This record gives sequence, structure tokens and C-alpha cells, in this order.
Amino acid sequence: MDELLELLENNARISLEDLAKVTGRSQKEVASRIKKYEKKGIILKYKTLINKNKLREEKDKVLALIEVKITPQKDLGFDYIAERIYKFEEVKTCYLVSGTFDLLLVVEGKDIQTVANFVAEKLAPLNSVRGTTTHFLLKKYKEDGVIFEKTKGKRRLSIAY
Amino acid sequence: MKLNRRVNNLAPSGIRKFFDLVLGMKEVISLGVGEPDFVTPWKIREKAIFALEEGYTSYTSNKGLLSLRRALSRFLKRKYNLVYNPEKEILITAGVSEGLDLACRVLLEERERAIVSYPAYVAYPAVVSLAGGEILPLFCSDKDNFQIDMEQLEKLLVQRPKLIILNYPNNPTGISFTRPQLRELWSLLRRSDIYIVSDEIYDLISYDFPHTPFASLRGAKKHTIYLGGFSKNFAMTGFRLGFACGPEEIISAMTKIHSFTMLCAPIVSQIAASEALVSETEAHLMVREYRRRRDFIVKSLNELGLTTPMPQGAFYCFSSIKAARMESLEFASRLLYQKKVAVVPGEAFGAEYKNFVRISFASPLEELKTAISRIKDFLAAANKSR
Repeated sequence: MDELLELLENNARISLEDLAKVTGRSQKEVASRIKKYEKKGIILKYKTLINKNKLREEKDKVLALIEVKITPQKDLGFDYIAERIYKFEEVKTCYLVSGTFDLLLVVEGKDIQTVANFVAEKLAPLNSVRGTTTHFLLKKYKEDGVIFEKTKGKRRLSIAY
Repeated sequence: MKLNRRVNNLAPSGIRKFFDLVLGMKEVISLGVGEPDFVTPWKIREKAIFALEEGYTSYTSNKGLLSLRRALSRFLKRKYNLVYNPEKEILITAGVSEGLDLACRVLLEERERAIVSYPAYVAYPAVVSLAGGEILPLFCSDKDNFQIDMEQLEKLLVQRPKLIILNYPNNPTGISFTRPQLRELWSLLRRSDIYIVSDEIYDLISYDFPHTPFASLRGAKKHTIYLGGFSKNFAMTGFRLGFACGPEEIISAMTKIHSFTMLCAPIVSQIAASEALVSETEAHLMVREYRRRRDFIVKSLNELGLTTPMPQGAFYCFSSIKAARMESLEFASRLLYQKKVAVVPGEAFGAEYKNFVRISFASPLEELKTAISRIKDFLAAANKSR
């Protein structure tokens, strides 16, 4: 992967000037590369990772991981039914996986009841859905390589030979 | 009280006071650090925890765990095509610091000479003096991009030194040597009967060309004590673990002293280190990050008028402060007081380097950025007040 993408993936707010210095390219070149990546859909969006555990208003929201077993449709495979499912606003993430179930969803709702309703009323009744298992998320420890609880500061001496 | 003369003569100095000042000050952005900002990779730490859980709390053999020496031997063969017998030619030490001291003590007789290239890591002149040796300084200059001046070296060799201490990638300059440069150096050194004590603790932190151990040069192995370690490559400074490889006779002499003074390196560190040798992935990730920071800071410092040669390894740059028109200790003290940024005065690495400061980039990019903007303000204010 281009180093530029790697740097942006880690810090979407890094300035053009710093990107240029760090990669040894000119600012102009960096800017045009980024444009190109945006145009090609390689860079999809710039997002911020928020520790919602610390927000009172978000604290009660619930996330659920839902395993979905589906029957693939003739000529359409899994894609058609996956699309029916991932288009729901509540579905934040949708993966097709190997193993004992087919789709893994991350669903967000304002409380447990809302998620339960979504499963009962929207997801389960779909023709191709053979079954669901819902796991409510209890605590986030790490996401996208970021550990939520900050470990204590390092104890390096601030000066040494 | 009458203390040992050699110890008494070891130079403390204004530098020590400056260091105490930095250590006592809060909220300093420190570019004066001599170790990685990364914590030891988890799989290495986890191995150390496991070792404790399993009850590995005993001494090991004097030379170190044979399993570690074997792993190291395989590592050096794979990486550098260097062959060392794990039973006879490798000693596990408590950091390169110990290996360096042992090498000087087994090689130097009273008043025998040792070439130390300057700017020099502070321990080199100290261990030579403690061993009773005399220092022949070999000065490297920014005009030569801190490369070794062969003419000067040739003159020093006439004085029949017993050994030369090399350090590359270098602390404080970050300069390293390519294989052809090392060959040229060896072709000069091999004409005299001299031992090369080669401190290559930063070997994996090389940016622009692959590291060449001195011992891997044709014919050099018999004359080289190759010192390496885990501290910098794997961010394991606190584990205190290094190694010395060399001719059997020298290693067994070093082991003799080691067995009386250190007995063995800590067992938990040794077990953790064998995990470090399994894969270099984490080390490579750290090096990539250092490389980015290097590119950033060297460019920024040069833009500020602090001429800085591009380091080829380690995580230091050695910047000229001629533009600021003050000496390094004053520069560092004022920068500390006025802007709370710590750097190491060049004179810490030799009295001739009062026009330089060592700047470490083993800190996150964001911190480096803040430090650079503070240095910029500092220089502007210093220029105005003149």
C-alpha cells in the first residue's frame, strides 16, 4: 500500500505539508495523489474514531453483532440478499464470512428493544434468512488497532546520552 | 576520602548539571532521549511474563542460555551470513555497555592506546580510561559529513594502537558506512595489528542501505569484537541485554571477567530476547516510523538554518548551531528555559563539538512538530536580541 494511504489511514487530519516532508514528495504531488485516490474510490471517507463510552448521551446506545444464516438465491448468490440487508440504516457493518453462518452484521440501536425489533420485524422475516443469532456488545477494548483504555505513561528518562 | 585515581579522573562536567536540570523539569518536550519511544513489542513482553510464570528465575550459564546463543548464531548467519560458534564465540552480556567494557579490559594493557572516533558516545573514552588505556582521538568533521578521515587515521596508526572503537550507525551523528566504505577502512586497518571493537547496536535501524557488520568483511572476523544488542532494535533498553561475538580466545577471556562481575545476564531478559529473534516484523515497523520522522525533522532543521547531515541510521541527528552564534551548552540551557525543549549539547560527545547539538527523533511526530515550532521561535528571538 502507498505510504501516503497508510499515513492517512492512521491520521486523516495530517497536513499536506507534513505528508510531503515525511514522504519526501512535494505538496503538489501529495495533493494530486490524494485527489486521484478519492476519485477512484480508494479513499472512501475520512472518519474519526470516537470513544463513545465517554459520552453520556451515547452511553445507552447498544451495538449488536448478528450472525445471519441465509439461503443464497439462484444466479444472484449472496449479493442480492446481502444488499437487501445492508441497506437498512441500522446496519453499520456487513460482512460475508465462511463458517457456520453467512453474514455478520454490526447493528446499532438506541436500546436493546430497538435492536430486537429490527431483528424480529425486518431481518428475520426476509425469505432467504434461515436464522439469526444476536450478540449484544458489552464492552469495547480495541477497535481498528486502537486500544480504548490508555495505558499509563511511559517512564523514559527525558534525557540520556 | 581517597578514591581510585582512574575513577576520579572520569569527566563529570557542566553536562551532568544540565542533565539534572532537564530531569527536574516538568512538561519538557525532550529530544534528548537515547532510547526508543516505543514500548517493547507485546509478544516479547508476553514471553517475559510467561518465563516468570513458568518459574524461570535462576542463573544461567555464564555465557548465557545456549538456546539463545544458538538462536543468535542462526540469526546472524541468516541476516549477515556471519558464522559464530554459539558455544565458543558468543557471550550474552548485560547490554552492549558491558560487552564494551569487557572488550577493553581484556585487550588493553596499561597505557596501551585505543583509537576512539569523535564525536563519541560517552562510554567509549570512559571504558578505555578505566581499563588503563590511552585514548587516541580520531575527529570526524561535519565538513566530511562525519565520515572517517583516512589520512588522520593513518597518522594515528603509526602510534601502534591496540584497538579502535567503531560505532555505526552512529550515536550522536546517525552516520553509517556502506560496504565499500567499510572495505576501504578495513584495507587501511588490516595493515596494522589492531583489534576492531565494533559497536553496532543500531544495526537494524538503518534507512538508506543495508547494514554491513565489520566482522563480515573478508579477513576481518579474526580481528573484530562484534558488539550488538536488543535495546534499540527491539525497544528493549530496560531488559539490559546485548551480545559480544569474536574469536574464541577473546570471548573466553571476556567470559572470565563476566563470570566474576556479572555472573550472567538476567534469565527473563534472555528468554524474552529469544522471542525477539523470531521475527523482525515489529522492528521493521518501528524503523519505518523512525524513517518518516527523520525525513521530517532533518528537512525542518535545515529549513531553520541548523545544518543537519542526513542520518543513515539510529534515531539521532547532529545539527550545527553555528547560525545561533552560541555554544552548545548555552544553546541547550536557553532552549530548555525559554521553550522547554531539551536537546543534548554537542560537547557531551567531545569538547570539539561545541557548535552542535544532538537531536533525537525517537518521539512521536506530533511532538517533533511542536518542538520544531518552538525551536523556530527560539531562534527568531535569539536573532532579534542581537
